[in-house]
Amino acid sequence: MSRVIRKFTTRVPQWRPHLTPVDLDNATPAQREALKETPSNTKVSDYVLVLAHDPESLRIRTALFNGIMYDPDGLSRAERELGAVAASFVNRCIYCAAVHAQRYNQLTGDDAVMQEIFFHGEKARLDPRQQAILRFAVGLSECPPKVGADDIASLREAGLDELEILDLTLATTLFGWANRLMHTLGEPVAAR
Amino acid sequence: MTSSFNAADSTPQHVLEQAAGVATAQGPLGDALARRQALMSRTQASYEAALLPEDPGGLSHAERAVLACRMARVCQQAGLTEHYAALLAEKDAADELAALATPGAQPPAEDARLTAIVAYVDLVTESPRDASPEDIQRLQQAGIAESDIVRLAGLVAFVNYQLRVAAVLAVMGEPT
Repeated sequence: MSRVIRKFTTRVPQWRPHLTPVDLDNATPAQREALKETPSNTKVSDYVLVLAHDPESLRIRTALFNGIMYDPDGLSRAERELGAVAASFVNRCIYCAAVHAQRYNQLTGDDAVMQEIFFHGEKARLDPRQQAILRFAVGLSECPPKVGADDIASLREAGLDELEILDLTLATTLFGWANRLMHTLGEPVAAR
Repeated sequence: MTSSFNAADSTPQHVLEQAAGVATAQGPLGDALARRQALMSRTQASYEAALLPEDPGGLSHAERAVLACRMARVCQQAGLTEHYAALLAEKDAADELAALATPGAQPPAEDARLTAIVAYVDLVTESPRDASPEDIQRLQQAGIAESDIVRLAGLVAFVNYQLRVAAVLAVMGEPT
């Protein structure tokens, strides 16, 4: 058995499921249909094959996830990744945090921000706009979520408009969703 | 820029915007929701898949509504608590099941299946960071099929997403 990864890292681990992934050869028509929505140029991951046990949800999920992370305008790609990492940090989803910290680094060419967040969490010292985004996303990811008029006001003060606040909310909460699947239905192990 | 778009024209059916009180939002928030209308529609479709699936497998619509109502109360989201309480009322759930819509309420100890389900819902709503492989094993030992574990996990994950989006929209929609 490969070693389970328990510390935040930007090196993307493998994901080992606790449940049996759907066997493509024996998939039902509904499962095949849902799996069509996933990118055809890559091998279907074990994660997606586990989710294929519930094809009705999986079918919509890919389009929603891609839209929230990639639709044009509004919040920048990198800042959406920042929201995703903040949620993954709170929920301690090592796998999601690694994937999205790595994407953030690729988009910005700046490793310092993610390093700072992995070490200091919500208290990370970042520029004012990044700090406002991080604080908001961390509070929103807690249970019960911490969001009040002053939290929204802080984002506005940091220069975010309504569309950017909505985009940040969607990216952060989407990862609350993904973390709850990834971090419970399997675990990150050292990549071979 | 004047906002000409009324979100109510396109989102009369969306549970989330209704519950957050922003289904008729105008101005910058109405414009932002209109710009992300495709995402809000996919969110609604995800709601239907999680709460009202055509094939509910081993997790009935009534059980889904009960658990969603419990999560909405744990997350203190008034609009969705009201929505899920109303959805539950439509489902004609047995009293023992309906009681679980209140956080802290526990199933009868002899009901291993519901006990395991409620424990998973509470843990993954309140403190997903503490989830471990044993939590999935407990569901399996209670006789819950793998496909139903995935359905349950999907329900909990979706509702937690929905509750947080609603929490933000409710605040953004407040008159300033």
